[in-house]
Amino acid sequence: MSEETPAFRVVGDVSALPDYAFGPRSILWWGNSAFMMIEGTAFVLAAAAYLYIRGKGGHWPPPGVRPPDLLWGGLFTAGLLLSELPNRWLQAKTRQFDLASVRFGVLVMTLAGLALAGVRAVELSHINVRWGVDAYASCIWLLMVLHTTHVVTDLGDTAVLCLWMFTHQPGPSQFSDVNDNCSYWTFVVVTWIPIGFLIYLGPRLL
Amino acid sequence: MTAETDLRARGLADRRRRLLAAWADAPGLWGFLTTVDHKRLAARYIVTTMAMLFAAGMLGVDMRLQLAAPDMHRMGPQGYDESFSLHGSTMLFLVSVPVMEAMAMWLVPLMLGQRNMAFPRLNAFSYWMYLEGVLMLWIPHALGFTPDLGWFEYPPLSGPAYAPGHRADVWAQMITFTEVAALCVSVNVVVTIFTMRPPGMTLGRMPLFLWGMLVASFMTVFGLPAVMVVTSMLIADREVATHFFSPSGGGDVLLFQHLYWFFGHPEVYIIFVPGVAFVSSIVETFSRRVVFGYVPMVVAVLAIGVLAFGLWVHHMFAVGLPKMGADFYTAASMAIALPIGVQIFCWIATMFRGRLQLKTPMLWVIGFIVTFVIGGMTGVMTASAPLDLQLTDTYFVVAHLHYVLVGGAIFPLLGAFTYWYPKATGRMMSEVWGRISWALVVVGFNLTFFPMHLLGLMGMPRRIYTYPAEMGWGPLNLLSTVSALITVVGAGIFVLNALLSYWRGRLAGANPWGGSTLEWATPSPPPPYNFDYIPTVDSVAPLWTRDELHALEGLSLDSREVLVTTLVDAKPDNRQKSPKPSLWPLLTALAVGVMFVGSIFSPWPIVWGSVPVAATIVGWFWPTRPRAQRGPLRART
Repeated sequence: MSEETPAFRVVGDVSALPDYAFGPRSILWWGNSAFMMIEGTAFVLAAAAYLYIRGKGGHWPPPGVRPPDLLWGGLFTAGLLLSELPNRWLQAKTRQFDLASVRFGVLVMTLAGLALAGVRAVELSHINVRWGVDAYASCIWLLMVLHTTHVVTDLGDTAVLCLWMFTHQPGPSQFSDVNDNCSYWTFVVVTWIPIGFLIYLGPRLL
Repeated sequence: MTAETDLRARGLADRRRRLLAAWADAPGLWGFLTTVDHKRLAARYIVTTMAMLFAAGMLGVDMRLQLAAPDMHRMGPQGYDESFSLHGSTMLFLVSVPVMEAMAMWLVPLMLGQRNMAFPRLNAFSYWMYLEGVLMLWIPHALGFTPDLGWFEYPPLSGPAYAPGHRADVWAQMITFTEVAALCVSVNVVVTIFTMRPPGMTLGRMPLFLWGMLVASFMTVFGLPAVMVVTSMLIADREVATHFFSPSGGGDVLLFQHLYWFFGHPEVYIIFVPGVAFVSSIVETFSRRVVFGYVPMVVAVLAIGVLAFGLWVHHMFAVGLPKMGADFYTAASMAIALPIGVQIFCWIATMFRGRLQLKTPMLWVIGFIVTFVIGGMTGVMTASAPLDLQLTDTYFVVAHLHYVLVGGAIFPLLGAFTYWYPKATGRMMSEVWGRISWALVVVGFNLTFFPMHLLGLMGMPRRIYTYPAEMGWGPLNLLSTVSALITVVGAGIFVLNALLSYWRGRLAGANPWGGSTLEWATPSPPPPYNFDYIPTVDSVAPLWTRDELHALEGLSLDSREVLVTTLVDAKPDNRQKSPKPSLWPLLTALAVGVMFVGSIFSPWPIVWGSVPVAATIVGWFWPTRPRAQRGPLRART
């Protein structure tokens, strides 16, 4: 039992440590990863719901309904996969604190995000069924809305980062922020592979 | 006093003054609204959950009065439906999960020797979201449209055909608020423990409390998305005519149950595992030795975290599962008794081999062990599919779930409250009144709920508002009701003890119980910056191994800065800024609240409501740095 706090004996000094970090050494990277885990779990559960209802039997899609058109979905998928190239390049540049390249990179990624959101908007009109027709349609739209939310969210994030990088003097932490945003875009790309499969190929193959 | 000690004291005073200037909140209302101090936010969380515990507890008493004798009609069926729905939903979503999150929010940084958590503003956002969840359920109740379909609102009863109006939507959206709040704290706990452990606190030297909170937080991260997904699907079925749960449209009502219980069963452990964490801390302190079997204890809590996700179907034995499926989930449900058993044996061994001190927190632990073992036994019984088919939807299940949740989580919580109360307030609660309240609550609780096992075996179904005299259930129900009143008296004494001790309790000092972990190395109550220096540790019980703690300096004294350490070895790695107080988390929570509430009435608020949400989030994260001097958008003076 003690009334007083124990004495502290100073045995070291941390003032020489860097005041920024990238990747798993950064607090924000872990926060970003944790939210990706949460959202990834939501994707998995939505996909499980799709497969559960598909597993009940019946027509998939229902009679008279065409599966989603491949053209716009294919275009979106190709564009999304290609966007990983500038995204990777940008992520590398953040670690070099190369302001001109990072500004250029976030601008490119903002434009890529805008273009992909535009394609996605067209894609939504080529699903060929409204969500309220039956459970098949509801599942397709659930996956589509979930993924589109992520595309739009990251586009917003990238656009704000782009504006900020052009209007302010970034410190190391802001380069780290852009780095984390690149990781999030990769998450958006990677999750699309199974989700896109279920939306476009599921009705044809499953 | 020698010149050297005088100089040292003046240096320490100057350090404290500068740290206080950097970490203290603004005074008054502005400070209240903008604070990001984990202790203030957690205390606010705890007080709100206690208010909810009182409200939901009173609903429980009201229901007990209704069932005290046969053929009672003081409450009609609708009133009874609303009472148990509000009671269950409040207890699960507005009390049990948030109070455990709040305890983690309060304690984790202190036990890590840190000045705040990894994401201070996320804590503030979490509290405001939680408060909106409270209002989401209780304001409609005050206005007369209370959810009335239980704490799990199964379709088709909750679907558009059978539940017109907005009662079911209110319930579903309340969950969204509270789950967002819980996820924010859980992410914060995980990241804080991963990146901000004090130098020397390797994973193998982490107090069992932190292991428990880490596992519970991971379970939240993987479990709670399921309930958010399923309630969103329910709202979509009700509002935009999707067909996830409508068999006529190719959907399946059992999909709801699968997704709900994929969350719902881990939820039990999300509540129980923090209880386990409290128990480990209390047993260690009052046995005067480190907990027996550190490695088995850690492995057990990890095993609980994994196994809890493989049991959800045992809530659905009555829906008509394939025999193989039922067998698998029976086996899995029984398997989780093993790690829990390991923990109980380790605690008992610790007490047996230590020098046991039966202070009030320890009495709560003993109450927990006895009660939870009974609840665990009945859990093993209901895990058996054939027996469960007979017992499901009877009072046996009501008895079981209260034994597990109250015995397994609320008793440890009351012990934890008593144990850390002096740290939070600087004063001790009365031991005498603590013992009296403990005895009344533990005895009253057991006499309230044990008869329900018998009532269930006699065939009394749950969720009935009255029953005829010839069923023969009257005497046991009367015993249960009278005992519930005894429990309420005990709980009332506990609350009064806490309130009066806040002003009149004996001064506690820094470490009144002689605890071993770092939260006891700071004054009671801790200052806004928590610690003068960053402590380092070289054992799992640092305050028992050194009289003089080793520490590091070098973090800024004039701005908010925290030390980041490596994941496994907890070596000092870098320093990072810790955000200042801000109004943005509150504004963001308000914007999200408008969007969520609006979405009950129309899908469009999700579209236009996202604009203020985005704007407030941008305000929240907008870095304050000088304007650019180069480039097309540079500052032009």
